[in-house]
Order: sequence, then structure tokens, then C-alpha cells
Amino acid sequence: MTATAAATVPQTTRGAGKTSRRRSAVWLGLTPFAIYVILFLAIPAGLAVGSGFFTSTGALTLANFSVLADPGIQKDFLNTIVVSAVTAIIGAILGALICFALLGTKPDGMIRTVIDSASSVLAQFGGVMLAFAFIATIGAEGLITQWLVSAGLVNNVFNSFAHNGVLIYQVVGLGVVYLYFQVPLMVIVFMPAISGLKATWGEANATLGGTRVTYWTKIAMPILAPAFFASVILLFANAFSSYATAAALISQGGLISLDIKTALVSETVIGKANTAGVEALAMVVVMVIVMVAYSALERRASRWRR
Amino acid sequence: MSAPRFGAEPSKTTRNIILIITAIVFLTPILAMIQYTLRIGQPVKGVQTYGLQHYLDVFNPANESTYDPLFQGVQNSIVIAVFTVLIVLVLLLPTMILIELKFPQLRKILEFICLIPITIPTVVLVVGFIPAYQVVAQIFGSTPYTLAFAIGVIVLPYAFRPIAANLAAIDVTIMSEAARSLGASWASVLWRVILPNLRRGILSSVLLTVAVVLGEYTIASFLSQTTFQTALLLIQQTDPYVGVIFAVFALLFVFVLLVVISRAGTIRGPRPGGRRQGRLATSKAAVAGVPTSSRKGTVS
Repeated sequence: MTATAAATVPQTTRGAGKTSRRRSAVWLGLTPFAIYVILFLAIPAGLAVGSGFFTSTGALTLANFSVLADPGIQKDFLNTIVVSAVTAIIGAILGALICFALLGTKPDGMIRTVIDSASSVLAQFGGVMLAFAFIATIGAEGLITQWLVSAGLVNNVFNSFAHNGVLIYQVVGLGVVYLYFQVPLMVIVFMPAISGLKATWGEANATLGGTRVTYWTKIAMPILAPAFFASVILLFANAFSSYATAAALISQGGLISLDIKTALVSETVIGKANTAGVEALAMVVVMVIVMVAYSALERRASRWRR
Repeated sequence: MSAPRFGAEPSKTTRNIILIITAIVFLTPILAMIQYTLRIGQPVKGVQTYGLQHYLDVFNPANESTYDPLFQGVQNSIVIAVFTVLIVLVLLLPTMILIELKFPQLRKILEFICLIPITIPTVVLVVGFIPAYQVVAQIFGSTPYTLAFAIGVIVLPYAFRPIAANLAAIDVTIMSEAARSLGASWASVLWRVILPNLRRGILSSVLLTVAVVLGEYTIASFLSQTTFQTALLLIQQTDPYVGVIFAVFALLFVFVLLVVISRAGTIRGPRPGGRRQGRLATSKAAVAGVPTSSRKGTVS
């Protein structure tokens, strides 16, 4: 169906035989969107990654990059990567399990509709509100924390984690909250891949004397592996670039996105000019590496999805 | 006795166990929020009193000044949502139709542009938005509504996908040629042929846009404007209960919104030819805002 649609297109543009003047008038139709994208995407993105190269007076410099040697910044950068990686891997495994459980349910059925919609809400919309949910659940006065306290565990894992106070206000606790949007995101991105497993492969396996174990180890897992790792990368990128949840729970420091906020607020500090730009550039570098890996894996994964 | 299973499908028991555990784990925080909003005071000797006190507080005129930022934030977010939807409908949609009809070779470029905001974290973009908005503020004044320009960019991946999937599922070129050869003007081709056929993609785009705007925190926070999310965090410090009440309702509201999207994709007006399957799959990827490769791009 798509093949016919795409095939007819070149014909018509050729066959229409436009004069070049009409053609340029049509080109004008693209300008409003182009201007919008330049003004609000290209310029801000350029300013963000470029500002690290300039001093506060506008001269080119590489001196700003010295902030990357700051142990505090390095620690926060590492924290961000570790939290993103750990929640991506755990989230991917749990999400894949849920996808597995959903195999065989009707794609238009009630279960799938509810899970898809709930996943989208949690994965895309949550932010600040997910932070609230976890304050109410495992915060100092949270439901589960209070249950544990009334069960006799006055100092439990939630209200005095690592002798450092309430769990969710620490980076480890942030990971717990992140899982609440990582798992749903995995369900959304991995479901199309896992439902692409063809019934005929299972039958072929059975005909050739294979068991369900060989089906999973020799057929399904190798086929799903690229899609799985692509999803892990996407989850990593998602956690890495998230800000709202962290900002709602941790007031200062701990993650690189929070450092950007701090740097922007204290922009005037001498010698710290354009620190935010350097941190932003560092984030973009990580994201670009990650997305290149993602598209490579995604290409590999889509081979079986025809 | 169940039939022998060859493929990947789990057994009914396995499925139920996994789904029930999932439901319990994911519903607990939501239920905890509801329980939290019903609490009255601190527990006395381990006994917590419950009631609708905090819900009534929201409507108590005496608290108006406390909750004013929250209502202001909700109002701002709604206006921003309207402007952002306008950006999608006036800038993105016509461009997508024009590219589909006249410049199919630009399709990949448009897709690439629309997916950039996923690769560049919002926290990074705001570093650039801050100087950009110093100019915007000079032109339009420093109103929260101007945030729509910036949020419109963040929304691009979400708004692009459903419309792109809808465009891929219908043949706009043949339709418009048929209409043109029957004597329709370009205006009536657009209004009476193309747009009605795109209504599902447009509906999904618009609803997703609204959801993204209502959930947007980062841009508003960095640009120091009051929106629903920034107000939630602010009110949390003075009255955590009311913050949680609004959060629960916002989560439920967007959940219902998304159920509507997916139902609209399956139930409403099955088009002759039954091309629903593909549409649905892509619109779900759209909800995730995931850069899967373009459906049309697979055709060489």
C-alpha cells in the first residue's frame, strides 16, 4: 500500500509540468514553518551549545571548559549517567516482561488500550506529578513509609536511607521514581517489536522438534536483541534528558540537568560565565552519541519488521 | 486443557501474574496520592482521620490568595495550549500537506527537523531560549503566552507523528488530482478532501499537544513563568495536599485524553479499505514520540 503511494509521487510532480514561477510561489508556502524552526529551534539550539565557547563579553574562548574538570560537576555528570543507565536497564527488563505478558491480547482490546494510555501518561506527562506520587508513597509521610513505621520499623529504608534521610530526596531514590516512567516507556517502544514475532516462526520451531526454550533462545531473543538494546538506549536518553522529576525532588545539585539550572541562576559569578553552555554542550555530545547508536540498532532491528 | 503453544505467547497464568503485579505496583503511588489528599491532620496515636477537607479547601474563598497562583497557572497553561495547537495547525500541518503534495523529496528532512527536539534535551534548549526570549519579550512583552513558541518546538515530535502516519495511510496526491480533475479549486481540495481525511491524525496531534503543554515544566521554570506545573511545585510548599489533588486529577485527565485518542483510532468511522492496522501502530509510536524510521522511508 505504501509502495504504491510512494511510487506515484514522482510521476505527478513531473507530470504536473509547473512553470518555474508557479514552482517558486509554492516554495514560499514553506517559509513560515522554516522561519519558525530557525527562530525557535535552530537559533536557541545554536545559542545553547555555542555559548560555552564565548566569554561574558563575547570573545571566543575555551576557558569555560575548565568547569568540566570540576570534581563536583564530574560527579554529577557521572551520577546522571549511572542513574540513566541503571534505570534504563532495569526498566527495559521489567518493561519487556510486561510486553511479553501482553502478547496474545487483542491490540484493540481494553487491556491494551488502558495499558498503552497509562504508559503514555506516565512516560510523557508525569514529571512533577510523578514526584508528588512518590512523596505520597515512600516520602517521609508516605503511605508505605507510614505502614512500615506502624509495623515497628521506625527507621526503614524509605525514611533513613544510607543514614542520609529520606530515600526519594537522594539520587538513588530518584532512580526509583525514574523507573515509574522508564518501564512504561519500554512498554511503548518495545511492544511493536515483540508483537512482530511471527506465529509461523514458532510453528517452524515446533515442526523441527524445538521446544519453547529453543524458541526463545534460538529464535525470539536473537531477533529481538537489536530492538531491545535500541530501547535500552532510548530509555537512557529519556532519563538523561529528564529534568522536571529531579527538580521537584532535589533542590540543588546531584544531576547535570540541575547543575545547568544552578549555573544559569548564578550566571554572574565571575569566572563561571557560560558554565551552563558548557554543561549543555556536554549533554548534547552524550545525546548525539547515544542517538547515533540508537539509529544503527534501530536499522538492524527493523530488518525483521517487514 | 489449553491448546499446545508454539510461539511467544505466555500462558494465561503467567500473563495474569505479571499483569496483576504490574497493576499493583503502578497503582500504588496513585492510590497513595488519593489517600494522601484525604488525610486530615497528623495521625493521633497511630490513627489517621480522613475526610474531604482538602477538596473543600480548594473552593473556599478564604484560601483564594493561597491558591491563586495555581488557578493562574492552569489558566496560563490552557491559553498556552491553545496557542501551541494553533502553531501546530497553522505552521506544521500546512507545511506537511504541502511537502506531501509538492515536495515529497523534502519529507525526510521535515521528519528529521521534527525529531530534533527529542535528541536535544529540553534543559539544553532552554539555555538558548533564555537569550532568545529577551528578544521575544521586547516584541511581545513578558507574558506567559509567548511560551507557546518554545513549547511548540518541544511538541513537534508528538504533533508530527500522528499526522505523518495519517498522510502515509491515505494517498493525498491521487485524491487531490482526482478532485482537481473534477474541477475543484485548491481551496476546496484542501477543505473538503484532504482535511476530512486527516481528521484522525489531526485530532491525535492536537490532543497530544495539549497533554505535552499541560505537563511542560522545564521551559516555564527556566523562563520564570507561571504555568500549571510550576504552580504545582510552588503550591506544594504551602499546601502539599492541594498540589497532590491537582496532580491526581491532571494525571487522570490526560489518561482519559489518551484513551480517547486510541479509541478514536480504532472505533470511530472505519474507513473503507480497512487501513486501520498500520495507522494504529504508528500512532502509538507517536504517543511515545519515538523516532522510528518513517513508514514511507522504507520504500526505496
